[in-house]
Amino acid sequence: MIDEDKQEKITTRIWREVPEDDNPFAAAACYCAGFDVFGDVLRNASYIDYLYLLFKHEPPTAEASKLLEGLALALANPGLRDHSVRAAMCAAVGGSTRASALMASISVGAGNLGGGREVYTAVNCWQTCGTDLAAWEAIIKSPPQEERVDVWMPMEHAPGFDPNGVSCPKPVRQTLAYLAEISEGDSLVWLMQHREKLEAIAGAPLAMSGVAAAAMNDLSLSAEESEILFMLLRLPGAAVHALEQEKLGWRRYPFFGNGLKLMPYDQVSDED
Amino acid sequence: MPDDLQKYEDNWETSMGAWFPGEKVTLRGKDVLTELRNYRWHQYLLYGVTGKKSERIARLFEGIWLISCSFPDPRLWNNRVAALAATARSTGVLASSGALAVTEATIYGLKPIKGAMDFLYRTMAKIKSGQMLEDVVRGELKKYRNVYGYGRPITDRDERVAPLMEFAHSLDAGHGEYTQLAFKVDEYLSSSRYGYTINISGVAAALMADEGYSPDDHYHLATLAFTAGVIPCFIDASKKPEGAFFPLRTTRINYEGTEQLRVWGK
Repeated sequence: MIDEDKQEKITTRIWREVPEDDNPFAAAACYCAGFDVFGDVLRNASYIDYLYLLFKHEPPTAEASKLLEGLALALANPGLRDHSVRAAMCAAVGGSTRASALMASISVGAGNLGGGREVYTAVNCWQTCGTDLAAWEAIIKSPPQEERVDVWMPMEHAPGFDPNGVSCPKPVRQTLAYLAEISEGDSLVWLMQHREKLEAIAGAPLAMSGVAAAAMNDLSLSAEESEILFMLLRLPGAAVHALEQEKLGWRRYPFFGNGLKLMPYDQVSDED
Repeated sequence: MPDDLQKYEDNWETSMGAWFPGEKVTLRGKDVLTELRNYRWHQYLLYGVTGKKSERIARLFEGIWLISCSFPDPRLWNNRVAALAATARSTGVLASSGALAVTEATIYGLKPIKGAMDFLYRTMAKIKSGQMLEDVVRGELKKYRNVYGYGRPITDRDERVAPLMEFAHSLDAGHGEYTQLAFKVDEYLSSSRYGYTINISGVAAALMADEGYSPDDHYHLATLAFTAGVIPCFIDASKKPEGAFFPLRTTRINYEGTEQLRVWGK
C-alpha cells in the first residue's frame, strides 16, 4: 500500500488535477490557475488567451490578448531563409524524424543572432534601461562584461538589432507599428519613437527580435519567459517548411556544391 | 547591401575540412581515409577539436568521460530524459539528443565542466598577480554564490575523484600546478563554513588545464561525454511496458496556486 503523503511530489502554481474514480494515474479534471481547462477554457477562451494564462496565471486583458496574438502571428514564420527554419529543412530533406526538425530549429533559433538568447538579453536591457535613451546608449556602447565564461558566446552586436542589416526592413517596421498601436505598455511606443536614434547608437537596424523583446516587456514577461516563448512561437514556420521540403527532397534543396573552398591548413601540431 | 553577407554568399572558405564526393575527406589538412584512418575515435575527436594529435591526451579524456559522466542511472536528470523517451516510445537518437542538450546544465554537466577550468585559470592568474587564494575563492563565492568544480547536489562526497586521479597518474597526468591549485581550493573550501569539496568537474578541469587546454577545448571535448550513460537508460526503459518509467498519479502534484475555482469571462 502506497502512502501518498510520503511520496515525492512536483510543486506547481500552474496546474492541478483531480483523478478519475477508477484510475489515480488519469485526470478527470485539470485546472490551470483555477480555471477548468477542459470544462470551461476549451469552450470559452482562445488559444492565445490560454497561452497567456499558462505564462501569467491570469487571463489577459483584451489589449494584452490582442498584443500577444499580434506578436505570435508576426513570429509564427520567420521565413524559410531564417537560420532556424533552415535547420528544420535540413532535417527534412535528409528524411530525418519530424521531431528532429523541430529540435534542430530550436537549437539554432536559440542563439544570440535573432534567436531566443538575443531576446533574453534584450528584455534584460529593457528591464535595466526602460525608456531612458541615455541608459540604452550606455548599455549598447558598454555592455556588461561577465568575468566568468559561459556556454553561450558573448553578444557580438547590440541585442535586438541586426548586425548584418542596412536599414530596418519593412516587415519589422510594420510589426512595430502595429504592435505599438495596440500595446498598453510603454516599450513599443517608445521604441517606435526612438528607433532611428537607437539604430544610430547600435550602428545597426532594429531586428524582429528587438520588436519581440519590447512586446514581451510590455506583456510584463520576464527575460526567461520571453526567451522560451519566442522560441516556441517561431516553431510553426519551421514545421511547415520542413514538411514541404521533406516532400520535395534533397535534390531540390541547395547543397552549395560549389560554395565550399578548402584552404591550406597550416596549423597542424605534431605533438604526441 | 551588407558587405559581409555578400562576401560569404556561396563562398565558405575553410581549412577545417571537407568531403570531396567519391574521392576523399579531409580534416585539418589530413586525409581522413588514408592518414587518420587508424586513429582511435577519441584521438580523432581531439584532432578535430584542437588540431592536436596526442594519443595520451585522447586516452586521458576518454578516461575522464568514462569515470566522470557515464552513470547509467535513469534518475539523473539527463539520463531521465532518455528513459522518458523510451517509456514514451520515442527513438533512441531523439532520446540521446534531448538528454545531451540537457547536459548543458548548471548544477552538473557542461557549465561546471567549462566553468571549473575557467575558474582555475582566473584564480591562478590572480594568485600570480599577488592575491591570496582564500580571498580569490571568497570573492568568487560572494559574486556568484558558487564555485564551479566544488560542491555537489544530492551528496557532497564525490566517489569519482580518487579513481580519476589514479587513472590520471597512470598516464603521468595530474602532477601540474592546476591540479595542485584545485586541491588547495578543496582544502580551503572543505574546511571553511561552506563545506564544499572538490567534485569531478574540478578534477577534470585541472587535469586538462595542466595539459594546456582551454575552457573552449575542454567544453567541446566533453560534448558527448554523457552519451555512454544515457543510451543504457533508454534501452532499459524500452524493454519495460509503455509508460512504466516512474509513473505519476495525480496526487504527486503539489499544487500551490489558487484554490479558488474560477470561471472564464467572469
